[in-house]
Amino acid sequence: MPPLLSVKDLRTYYFGFRGTRVVKAVDGATFTVEPGETFGLVGESGCGKTTTCHSIVRLLAPSGRIVSGRIELDGEDLVTKSQSEMRRIRGGRIATILQDPMASLDPLFSIYDQVAEPAYYHQSLRGSALRQRVKQLLTAVRIPSPELRMKDFPHQMSGGMRQRIVGAISQAGGPRIIIADEPTTNLDVTIQLQYLNLLKDLQRATGVALIFVTHNLGIVAKMCDRVAVMYAGRIVEMQSVRGLFYRPRHPYTRALLDSIPKLGVKEPLRGIPGQPPDLSDLPAGCSFHPRCQRAMDRCRVDEPSEQDLNGDGSVRCWSPIEEGAARD
Amino acid sequence: MTEPLLAVRDLQKYFPIGGSLFGARRALVKAVDGISFTINAGETLGLVGESGCGKTTTSKLVLAAEAPTAGTIEFEGRDVAALRGAELQDYRRKVQVVFQDPYSSLSPRMRVGDIIGEPIKAHERLSSADVRARVAQLLELVGFRPDVARLFPHEFSGGQRQRLAIARALSTSARLVVLDEPVSALDVSIRAHIISLLEEIQQRLAVSYLFIAHDLAAVAHLSQQTAVMYLGKLVEVAESLELCAQPLHPYTKALFAASLPSHPDEPREDIVLTGEVPSAIDPPRGCHFHPRCPFVMPRCSQFEPPLVELSAGHRVACHLY
Repeated sequence: MPPLLSVKDLRTYYFGFRGTRVVKAVDGATFTVEPGETFGLVGESGCGKTTTCHSIVRLLAPSGRIVSGRIELDGEDLVTKSQSEMRRIRGGRIATILQDPMASLDPLFSIYDQVAEPAYYHQSLRGSALRQRVKQLLTAVRIPSPELRMKDFPHQMSGGMRQRIVGAISQAGGPRIIIADEPTTNLDVTIQLQYLNLLKDLQRATGVALIFVTHNLGIVAKMCDRVAVMYAGRIVEMQSVRGLFYRPRHPYTRALLDSIPKLGVKEPLRGIPGQPPDLSDLPAGCSFHPRCQRAMDRCRVDEPSEQDLNGDGSVRCWSPIEEGAARD
Repeated sequence: MTEPLLAVRDLQKYFPIGGSLFGARRALVKAVDGISFTINAGETLGLVGESGCGKTTTSKLVLAAEAPTAGTIEFEGRDVAALRGAELQDYRRKVQVVFQDPYSSLSPRMRVGDIIGEPIKAHERLSSADVRARVAQLLELVGFRPDVARLFPHEFSGGQRQRLAIARALSTSARLVVLDEPVSALDVSIRAHIISLLEEIQQRLAVSYLFIAHDLAAVAHLSQQTAVMYLGKLVEVAESLELCAQPLHPYTKALFAASLPSHPDEPREDIVLTGEVPSAIDPPRGCHFHPRCPFVMPRCSQFEPPLVELSAGHRVACHLY
C-alpha cells in the first residue's frame, strides 16, 4: 500500500530583503506517513519542524518558499497545487491543530459556527444533518451538554475545553491526516493527559493519521509509532519509537534523551553544550558537529548522507552509535 | 536539628474581587489558604501544582511583594511582616528571584554589567571598580567570560539570558532564591544545563532555593523536599525521592500518572482525572480535590482533611490515611 503522505527531499527557505539572507529552515526532509499511524516530529525550537508542517498545508509566511521537493498526499503532489485547490484540501483531507487554542479560535463566532464550517464546506452538510454532526463531534471530544455549549463563544470556555473544540474542528471535515503542532504546550499536566488520551481515542475511532510535532520526548514516548528527529532543518534520525528510545543511533538523539530528568532518579543531567546553529549560517559538514562529542575531522567537512538502518529507519551521521553499545 | 532558614506558618492570602468602589466586596479568591513549610539552609523545596493553584502567590508572599492576609513568614528566626526600613531592605537583599521568562525579566536597554551590578549598588556601598570585579566573578560563576558585561540582553539566547538572571539573583549574596518556573520557557537541551548549573551553585554557595514548577521530574530532581499544592492548599509534602517512590495523596498520584514517560514502556498508574481545577473563588466544600478524586468518600465533601504527618517528614492531607 502506498503511504498516505510522502515528503521527498523538501527544502523550504525564507528569503530576507532582496535575497541577502537565506534561512534554510527545512533543508532536505524526507519522510512518509502511513494511514492511521502517529508520526512524531521532534526537535528544539528553530529546527524546522513547524516550517515542515506549514509547507505541507502550504501556509508559509510570505517570505518562505518551497524551493524543491515533493509533498505527495495519496500520490498527488501538493507543491504544485494552486491556493484555491489547497483550500479544498486544507480542513478536508488535511487538518491542523495549532499550539495556542486562544489564537486558533475566532472570538467573534460561536462554537457551533466554527465546528460546523469544515463540515459545511468539505462534507456539504446542511440544516439538521449539520447540527447533528456538530453535536456528535462535540460529544466525541467530551464537551458536556453539547446542545447548550455549541451556542457559547470561545471566551466562555476554559483552556482545556477550547483545545478540545479545536480537536473537534480538526475532525469536522473528515480528514485523513491531522497535523498537531505542539497541541498541549499551554495545558496543565492533568489536562494534557486528558487531551492526549482523547486524541488517541479519536484516532482509534476514525483511523486518521497524526503528525505530532513536539519538543517533548515524553509525548513522543506516549503517543507515537514512528519518530523523526530534526536538527537544523534536516532529519538526523528516523526510527520506530522503541528503536529511538532504546537504541538511539544519532549522537543528538542520545544527547536529547540524556537531557530529560527522569522521575525519582537523581543522576546528574547532561545538557548539550552550545546552541542550535543559525539557520542562515550553517556550519560546514554536519550541522551538529560543533556540539557533538563524537565529532571527527570528516564531520567538519562532509555532510553525512542518510544511512538505512535495516529497514527500521535511517540516520545521518558519519559515526552513528553502535547498536547495543553501552552508554558512555 | 538546625533552625530552618525560612519557616512559613499557616500562610493565607485572599484577594477581594468584584464589588464596586464603595459597595461591599462580593467574593474572595483564596489564592493561598493556610500553608506551612520550611526550607533549611542550603536546601531546596520544590513546589508543584497546576496553574491557578497559588504557587506564584506563594512566591510573591515569600518575596515580601505581597502582604499575607494571615500567617507568618520567618526568615532566620525573624518575622518578615515586622521588618521595617533597613531590615526589610536587608531581607530583600537576602531573598532574590529568577522569573520564568528571561525575555521580559531583563531590561533590553541596560548592559549586562548594569543589570547584574544594579542590585549590588542598591544594597552595598562599593566603588564602581569593585562592582565591576563582583560582576565579573558572577559572570564566571554562571559560565560566561567577564567581557560579556558590555553586551545587551538581545545578544543572548534564552538559556544564556536565564543564566544572566541567575547571576543577578546571586549578586547580593542571597541566602534564598525563589525560582519561579525557571526552565519552562527553555528548550530541553538547555533546561538540563540550567538545572545542573543551579545544582552546582547550590553546592558552592550553600544557597537555598524555593523551586516552583509544574514539571514533577525536574522538581524532584533538584529539590530535597517536594510540596504539592492544589487550590491554595498543600496536599502532600515529602522528601522528593520518597514522594516519587510512594506518592500518597490521590492528586499527587494523578500528577505522577499524568507526567510523561521517559521511554515508551514506562508503566503509569491509570489515574485520569476528569474535569478541570475548580475556581478558587468558590472552592468545593470539604476536601478541595473531592469532585475530581477517584477515591472520593462521603465525608470528603463534608470535612476538610488536615495535613498530618504519616511518617518522618511525609505529610499528607487526605481522609484515606
